[in-house]
Amino acid sequence: MDDSLLEHRAGEIENDNELTTWVEYWLDGELVHRSAHVTLKKIPSFAGGETASF
Amino acid sequence: MANTQSMVTSFLSELMLGQHQLGSSTIVSRGSLTAPTTDTVKAALYLASATINAATTAYSATNEVSGAGYTAGGVTVTNATAPTSTNASATAGVGYWTPSASIIYTSVTLTTSFDCVLIYNSTQSNKAISVHTFTAQTITAGTLTLTMPASTTTTALLRLATT
Repeated sequence: MDDSLLEHRAGEIENDNELTTWVEYWLDGELVHRSAHVTLKKIPSFAGGETASF
Repeated sequence: MANTQSMVTSFLSELMLGQHQLGSSTIVSRGSLTAPTTDTVKAALYLASATINAATTAYSATNEVSGAGYTAGGVTVTNATAPTSTNASATAGVGYWTPSASIIYTSVTLTTSFDCVLIYNSTQSNKAISVHTFTAQTITAGTLTLTMPASTTTTALLRLATT
């Protein structure tokens, strides 16, 4: 395949929860490749463990 | 010196290591009773239309993504670093754990949008561990990489904290 025929598109989203980037390659209006890379930033946690008083 | 009421910090990581059994429980054998093997942790992707949340108790194939290159159940999580804990004060500390490598789905095609990964224990009857969401994605003949945060008391993938 002649790579010059491919249209390259890329994007990015960053918010409190994640940094996500993606790359796409299109050929004649058809999506032929899409990859994504997600970096998680907001991690669920449990806080507040307690012990009881007598 | 003074005594301070608290849940000890080491208990937090010991929970993740399965070192306490405060009630009767049925588990899948980990081999040795005194030196049990580490469970296998897996990561499954779910459609944006699914309902995976804190009430999820185990992996299910319902509303899991499907497509070329993706195997139901997802991929095995690299786990080369055991949970640990760090004490912060007489009353507070954090137990934490993070997979030791990115979670990668290589050469897949997932055309229905997905926005969630379920981390679960495939050794112990697929019991759910945690749910992580992100902006809905599709993959076409490509790779999805989920990069793990740094494994610290404030950023680790799983954290149990006393305050």
